[in-house]
Amino acid sequence: MKFVDEYRDPVAARRLVAHVTDLAGDDHFKFMEVCGGHTHTIYRHGIEHVLPESVELVHGPGCPVCVIPMGRVDDAIAIAETPGVIFTSFGDMMRVPGGNGSLLGAKARGADVRFVYSPLDALRIAVDHPDRNVVFFAVGFETTAPSTAVTLLHARELGLTNFHVFSNHVTIVPPIKAILESPDLRLDGFLGPGHVSTVVGNRPYRFVCDTYHKPLVTAGFEPLDILQAIAMLLTQIREGRCEIENQYTRVVRDEGNPRALKILAEVFELRPHFEWRGLGFISQSALRLRPEFAAFDAELHYKVPGVRVADPKACQCGEVLKGVIKPWECKVFGTACTPETPIGTCMVSSEGACAAYYNFGRLHREAAVTLGRSRTQSEVLV
Amino acid sequence: MCLGIPGRVVTVDPDNAHLARVDVNGVGRTINIGLLEDERVEPGDWVLIHVGFAMSKIDEAEARLALASLQMMGGSFTDEVEALMTSPSSAINR
Ligand code: SF4
Repeated sequence: MKFVDEYRDPVAARRLVAHVTDLAGDDHFKFMEVCGGHTHTIYRHGIEHVLPESVELVHGPGCPVCVIPMGRVDDAIAIAETPGVIFTSFGDMMRVPGGNGSLLGAKARGADVRFVYSPLDALRIAVDHPDRNVVFFAVGFETTAPSTAVTLLHARELGLTNFHVFSNHVTIVPPIKAILESPDLRLDGFLGPGHVSTVVGNRPYRFVCDTYHKPLVTAGFEPLDILQAIAMLLTQIREGRCEIENQYTRVVRDEGNPRALKILAEVFELRPHFEWRGLGFISQSALRLRPEFAAFDAELHYKVPGVRVADPKACQCGEVLKGVIKPWECKVFGTACTPETPIGTCMVSSEGACAAYYNFGRLHREAAVTLGRSRTQSEVLV
Repeated sequence: MCLGIPGRVVTVDPDNAHLARVDVNGVGRTINIGLLEDERVEPGDWVLIHVGFAMSKIDEAEARLALASLQMMGGSFTDEVEALMTSPSSAINR
């Protein structure tokens, strides 16, 4: 466990926390972690409790399951309930509530809804069932979209006519922009997403410093990665710099994965606009199949209601996704809304802020109270 | 669904350079390495696997870290690895 110890070393963590505390001084800083994977790490390791009060982390919209609006789930259900269809989806998406229940509910009513791990699994099902129509519910940021694109290229090569993709792929830059434009949030910088950046690289984030004059540091998923990225953000601010930096050089290259980007561009094009749960319509923020792939486009092949469905009144996912409120500040958090019976999407995926906080948050609050915040800060970091 | 799972390349399919046999936490399976076509993927390399595709080459240190983090996640890790293991996608050839 040599490497692991290195990245979870309590002494190093303490040193970094002290450094962050020094850098922050008496000022108050608010940084957003864009990526759901970071949210998970932050709650899992109790990072909020080892940070000084002067540094506040807010959770962003980077959980692909969380941002799919109710109306799209209803569209998916309508396709799934079309006679003869085998509807395939990643596991997390099956539990996401729409206005008309979830895909799991549709399955219980008799629709042939199947869980797949990979879009290639959906393709495999189409090959094996030439007499059925197979639809893949594609969700995810640029991390996942290239895999769907490669799958569509395969489908075309195989000449399949019974395979369709219901694309809900979204792109990472527009929501960051929407958040920067949002009047109810004052941020001092961003922890840039780790895995999406393996595909898009660091260049697309330049507007964050060029236009909005905020620093962004792409970060890894270990506790020390997060702490180090925070120190890098604060250092930039203290030195009067504003740049896009990469803390996660172990995995992320500045240019991203050019091949994946090329395949993406070959298969997908930007939609003029797409609705995000809680964030509303964001222009050019999602991907649809290019006209050359129209034969595989579920939206052209099936009658989808395409109705906009308002989030339930009680649900405050939008505010959570924009970082305006913390998960536990939502009125139904942990009572009406739990991972077993989610009202909102943020409670479904383990990367959703509400689920992450539900699973780990209380634990760390208790730990912090018992241990005493200042003395044994880093012990929460295990 | 956003988890990346590290695997170590055992062999690259001699008939299809887009497929590789990898070892994931002690179990073998086939994944698609087409997205890494511009980099040489060779036996012994570590890759980060996402929905059946290698997303990037990583070094051993990162692989061990990712594995350790995933194991700590408990349920979602076991679900993800099990899903990867039982996924039939490897049978699709290009
Ligand atoms: S507790 Fe439930 S309804 Fe409230 S913001 Fe979180 S997921 Fe949405």
